[in-house]
Amino acid sequence: MSARVLVGVKRVIDYAVKIRVKPDHTGVVTDGVKHSMNPFCEIAVEEAVKLKEKKLVKEVVAVSCGPQQVQETIRTALAMGADRGIHVEVSGKDYETLGPLQVSKILAALAKKEQADLIILGKQAIDDDCNQTGQMTAALLDWPQGTFASEVNIEADKLKVVREVDGGLETIKIKLPAVVTADLRLNTPRYATLPNIMKAKKKKIANVKPADLGVDVSSRLEVLKVDEPPQRQGGVKVETVNDLVRKLKEAGRI
Amino acid sequence: MPLDAFAASLFKRPMQTLGMAVGHGVRCLSQLAELPELHQMMRQTCRDYAQKELAPIAAQLDKDHKFPAKQVKELGAMGVMAVEVPESLGGAGMDYLAYCLAVEELSRGCASTGVIVSVNNSLYLGPILKFGTEEQKKQWITPFTTGERVGCFALSEPGNGSDAGAASTLAQQEGDEWVLSGTKAWITNCWDASATVVFATTDKSLKHKGISAFLVPMPHPGLSLGKKEDKLGIRASSTANIILEDCHIPLGNMLGERGMGFKIAMQTLDSGRLGIAAQALGIAQAALDCAADYAHKRTAFGAPIGKLQAIQFKLADMALAIESARLLTWRAAMLRDAKKPFTKEAAMAKLAASEAATFVSHQAIQVLGGMGYVTDMPAERHYRDARITEIYEGTSEIQRLVIANNILKEYQQ
Repeated sequence: MSARVLVGVKRVIDYAVKIRVKPDHTGVVTDGVKHSMNPFCEIAVEEAVKLKEKKLVKEVVAVSCGPQQVQETIRTALAMGADRGIHVEVSGKDYETLGPLQVSKILAALAKKEQADLIILGKQAIDDDCNQTGQMTAALLDWPQGTFASEVNIEADKLKVVREVDGGLETIKIKLPAVVTADLRLNTPRYATLPNIMKAKKKKIANVKPADLGVDVSSRLEVLKVDEPPQRQGGVKVETVNDLVRKLKEAGRI
Repeated sequence: MPLDAFAASLFKRPMQTLGMAVGHGVRCLSQLAELPELHQMMRQTCRDYAQKELAPIAAQLDKDHKFPAKQVKELGAMGVMAVEVPESLGGAGMDYLAYCLAVEELSRGCASTGVIVSVNNSLYLGPILKFGTEEQKKQWITPFTTGERVGCFALSEPGNGSDAGAASTLAQQEGDEWVLSGTKAWITNCWDASATVVFATTDKSLKHKGISAFLVPMPHPGLSLGKKEDKLGIRASSTANIILEDCHIPLGNMLGERGMGFKIAMQTLDSGRLGIAAQALGIAQAALDCAADYAHKRTAFGAPIGKLQAIQFKLADMALAIESARLLTWRAAMLRDAKKPFTKEAAMAKLAASEAATFVSHQAIQVLGGMGYVTDMPAERHYRDARITEIYEGTSEIQRLVIANNILKEYQQ
C-alpha cells in the first residue's frame, strides 16, 4: 500500500506536573516546567507505526506546531518509528493563542501538500482538553472521521473504526482518506529503543511557516482570565429530609 | 635550562589531567554542563521506563527475592542490556556515557534491576567484546543482548575478594579440553545466568600472571550453584557461589591469551566500576527524591519541615554529594569513550558515588523520621540497597589504593 500517514503531535506540560497559575492570571506557568508529548498523541504515533510495521502504510510523517522546543516532541515521534517530521514554526503571541481552528487549517493544508491518505491525531490534548482538532480537520478536508478510536483496521480502501461512545462501542466503516482520533485503549505506546533513538537523529525534520501553507494563525478567541479551580468546601450533614430541603432552599439551589 | 625544566615538571603532571579534559575541545566541558540531545532522549526514555515499570514493583521484587525476568526482556528489546555492543552483534551501539545514564535512571526505579543490567553490560559483555575472538563474540554476545539471557562474572572466591591475584580456582589442560575446579563466591546474577566469565589459575608459579579467563555456559556439567545468599539489599538480583568440580570446557573457551586473566579482570572492573557508580547515583537520587518530597508534605512546628534549616542543610548536603559524584562519573565515562586513561577517574567516581549513596540514604531515613524505618516508604529499601555499593566491584578501600597509586605515579620523582 502506498499510503502516507500524517500524525499530529503536541508538546504539552507533562501529566505528572503540578500546574500553577501565573500571578497575573493570564495563563499557567510554563517556564522551566517539564513538557512532554501529549499522551493521546503518543497513542496516535504508536498506531501509525504499527500500521507501518504491518506494511499497511508506507510512510509516517510526524507534525507539530510551535516554537523551537517542539522539535524535541517530533524527535520522540521519530524515535518511536515515524519516518520524518515537519515542524510548523509558530512562536510568541501566535503560539500562546494557537488553537484547534488554526491547527486544523495547518493540518488540512499539509495533508493536501503531502498527499496524505490518513491523519491520526490524539482525541484531545491534556492542556486545553478541546477535542476539536480532529473533527475540524476532517470537516475542512471534507474527509470522513473516526473519533475516539479504540480499534482501527484497514480493509482495502476503507477503515473499520471501533469508537468508544457514551453508550458503549460503535463500529463504523469509513472511506479513505480519513481522519482518526486516538482514544486511551487504542494501544500501549512503545518505549523508544536505544538504536531507534540514534536513528531518529538522522531522520529529517522540515521547517515550514503557516504563511507558506496559506494559513492565518491569528486567533478569534481572547483569554480573559485564568484561575485555579475553586477550593472544595466541606459538606454538612443533616438529620432529616425536611432539613435537606430547607438547606437547599436557603442556598438558593431549589 | 635546568630551572625551566624543573618548573615545567612541577606544573606538568597536575595540569595533565585538566589538559585532557580541555584538550578534546569545548565539546567535553559543555557536555559536563549539559548532555547532548541524543543522551538526553535516551536518559528520558530510561527514566520513563523506570518510573512506570520498575518503581511500582521494586518493593515487591525486594520482598519476594524475585528476578525481574519480564522487565529484563523489555530492557533487552530497548537495547539497554547491551548498550555498548555494536549493532552488528545485536547491541545498541551507544557510548559508555549513555550506558551510565541508563543504569542511573533504571537504578533510581529499582536498584536490583540496575545491577542486573550493569553486570550483564560491563562484567559479562565487556570483557568478551574487548578480548574475544569474532567467533566467541557471535556465540557469547549476541544471544545475551536481547534480555532473554544474562551473563555473570566469576572472579571472587571464598578465600579472596580484594586479593584477586590469589585465585585458587584451577584450570588444567587435559587433551583438547580445559578442566576447571574450585569455588567462586558472591557471583551476582548467577541463579539467572546462562553463561559466566570465570577466572582460574593456569600456572600457579606465575602468581597473578598465571591466571586465565574462561567462558562457561550455564547450566553445564561440573558447574553447580550454591544457595542463594540472603542479602540485606538488592534482593531481586541473585548472588551465590559457583562450584566447579571437574568442569570440562573446550580449549576454544579461553578468553584472551593464557595468563592474561588478571589483566582482563582489572580492565573489566575499571569499566564495571562506572556501572556501579551509576547504580549508586540512582539509589542516592531515589533517596533524595523521597526525602525532598517528604520535606514538602510533612508538617511539624506549624510548617512543612522543609522550612527548617536542619532539614535544608541535610537536603543541600545530599544534593551536593550526588551532583559531585555524578560529574565524576560522567567525566570518567567520557574519558573512556575518548579512549583516554580513566582508571583514576573511575575509581574516584565509584568511591564518591557509593559513599554518596550510603550518606544520602542514611540522611533520607533521618528526614523521614519514624516513617523512614518502615517498609511503607521506600527509604529503608534505598538504605539497604546502597550499602553494597561500597563493597562490590572494588571496595572503597581498594578504590582509595587505586587513586593513591595513580596520584603517586603522577608526582613520580
